[in-house]
Amino acid sequence: MSPLKIKKGANSHSAYNLRPNFSDVEERHTLALLVENEPGVLARVIGLFAGRGYNIDSLTVAEVDHIGHLSRITIVTRGTPQVIEQIKAQVGRIISVRDVHDLTVEGASVERELAMFKVTGTGDKRVEALRLADIFRANVVDSTLSSFVFEITGAPEKIDAFAELMRPLGLADVARTGVAALSRGE
Amino acid sequence: MTRQMTGAKMIVQALIDQGVDTVFGYPGGAVLPIYDEIFQQNSIKHVLVRHEQGAVHAAEGYARSTGKPGVALVTSGPGATNAVTGLTDALMDSIPIIVLTGQVPTFMIGSDAFQEADTVGITRPCTKHNWLVKETDKLSGVIHEAFHIATSGRPGPVLVDIPKDVQFAKGEYTPKAPSKSHYKPQLKGDMDAIVELVEAIEKAKRPVFYTGGGVINSGPAASQLLRELVGATGFPITSTLMGLGCYPASGDKWLGMLGMHGTYEANMAMHGCDLMINIGARFDDRITGVVDKFSPNSKKAHIDIDPSSINKVIRVDIPIMGDVGHVLEDLLKVWKSRGRKTNTASVAKWWKQLEEWRAVNCLKFEQKGKVIKPQYALTRLEELTKKYDRYITTEVGQHQMWAAQYLGFEDPNRWMTSGGLGTMGYGFPASIGVQMAHPDALVINVAGEASWLMNMQELGTAMQYKLPVKQFILNNERLGMVRQWQELLHGERYSSSWSESLPDFVKLAEAFGAKGILCSDPDDLDDAIMEMITYDGPVLFDCLVEKHENCFPMIPSGKAHNEMIMGEVDTSTAIDAAGKLLV
Repeated sequence: MSPLKIKKGANSHSAYNLRPNFSDVEERHTLALLVENEPGVLARVIGLFAGRGYNIDSLTVAEVDHIGHLSRITIVTRGTPQVIEQIKAQVGRIISVRDVHDLTVEGASVERELAMFKVTGTGDKRVEALRLADIFRANVVDSTLSSFVFEITGAPEKIDAFAELMRPLGLADVARTGVAALSRGE
Repeated sequence: MTRQMTGAKMIVQALIDQGVDTVFGYPGGAVLPIYDEIFQQNSIKHVLVRHEQGAVHAAEGYARSTGKPGVALVTSGPGATNAVTGLTDALMDSIPIIVLTGQVPTFMIGSDAFQEADTVGITRPCTKHNWLVKETDKLSGVIHEAFHIATSGRPGPVLVDIPKDVQFAKGEYTPKAPSKSHYKPQLKGDMDAIVELVEAIEKAKRPVFYTGGGVINSGPAASQLLRELVGATGFPITSTLMGLGCYPASGDKWLGMLGMHGTYEANMAMHGCDLMINIGARFDDRITGVVDKFSPNSKKAHIDIDPSSINKVIRVDIPIMGDVGHVLEDLLKVWKSRGRKTNTASVAKWWKQLEEWRAVNCLKFEQKGKVIKPQYALTRLEELTKKYDRYITTEVGQHQMWAAQYLGFEDPNRWMTSGGLGTMGYGFPASIGVQMAHPDALVINVAGEASWLMNMQELGTAMQYKLPVKQFILNNERLGMVRQWQELLHGERYSSSWSESLPDFVKLAEAFGAKGILCSDPDDLDDAIMEMITYDGPVLFDCLVEKHENCFPMIPSGKAHNEMIMGEVDTSTAIDAAGKLLV
């Protein structure tokens, strides 16, 4: 193969990906899509995932450029390398999608997620929940005599770990935002 | 320069500015303002179809035979949902069409109003892009953008949904201007990859060109460049169903169509080649057969304008993203500048092998007795019509494959068939679209009786607009391809594949005021075909053919290119359990 340059952020680099793609091993990839903020754009993206049988582990969307009418959709998906390449190419084909970034292969990136946990109980369990929340730097955003609502921010793994710890301590409800991610550096 | 006008007038004005001369459509409550404007002008001809599906297929036929986008206009609700099959068909075959749909007024959207449907929602997965226009000021801009998106890059269908109040309201008309759209597909191929392909061409011992609809979509210049490349290199060439005509069937490098019902020589060449040059084709499952055994020892190059086509099904070694015409131009330039080299001795040896495969004469058949063989009917049709300015459309099934096998196409845009979606009922309305674009040409729809009945109402359209389309029906009183699969795969249990209670096609034609011809004797066939050709008006040609004829050669499901069934041999063991699962 010719040494083809993969331009960072080029949404057409899929065919030039040099990694062997006959692997059957599923990979987890975080994709960041810059899309035109117009009615139905999210339906176009998730409709494509549903229609072609791709996975969505997590999805977040919000407007990021009000003047330019641009929204950012962060999707965590999984599939074999060939499927991941197809996903990027297919998403890149949607007219309203301006740019597709695969943060998992385009260098280092940071991922954060916000979650809220409602933990109910009294006595030792309640004290233990509060102690652990402190260790995890979770904030108490609501409290009654028999419940807390914790707010926690971090990488998805950290939130998973916190959830596991809260479960035996009276975990009653969870709300997670899904992953927001940015590449590191300039 | 901008002008104030109603949305309805804007639509007509935008179509005129885009060079549209024909619109296929069907009126209804939500598009009445547009029809009112169409009534008051003479620049655009409106063709009243008899069903919205027909309008979209007619627009497809118009587009494929001219290279220009086709336009259809339908009402809200059922009008829009009836357009869905045509839109999906155009998406699968990359045909540029613009479908305009009426919608209930904006203030009634979401209220389950009469003839309301979520048209943009329903058509999102079956269009390249679609819009719901809620402001009249934006309407003309969106229509111009719709033409840009339908026709650039990999072409496809687009839909603009226009609420009735937007059609009535006044707004500012934006004239056609160079698109400011972010959608700018890459046309030129990567030079490094092109050089790599040239190097492969210079060294190849057993090369084959595998071409597809992308060559046709790229425009006539791409076909010319392809012919030059094939002529200069002397490499063999095959094509998909969609690409027929990009290289002339009479050319000496032509191997015939490849794929499930392709020729022996084309499929064996694909299997045995050491360099496969895919130009504007997409490794469709009808082409590859079972993927694991597909052309195991070849280096594969793939030229395609759509990045998602590359490495989707088959891993390729030399991917080139770009427009076929642009890439072929660069490819030829580079190859010539490096001295026009090929591995002549090895390629000559390869041709010797190819000639042996050709000598098998896989399309041979015997016309004996008093029953017309469908292959014979098409051979005679070819012989008697090839000197005409001829366009062929087809329905879907056995007749379609026989037409691809036994008719010869010398030029692009002469062959209109539903490839990807396989839409029965496509051919008749498509032939109407073709005839509208080419009033003096001989337009023939090769049909099966079952497919033809799916959109037979369009005979009214053909009569109303005096379109002399010839409906050449190979009538075996069966759903032939379904029956063939049931014979091969389901123990000859012919479940619902018999066309019972068929109409008398001659009387049916006459009921519409068209001409009907019945032919059942091979000795009468030539005269009957000549009668069809010379008659000035629509003809329904009911050609009674052998009822249980199978379409061969055939790559059975789950098999490779070198495992073709060649003819009426014992076919009972040809397909295993895994193959049965495939369609």
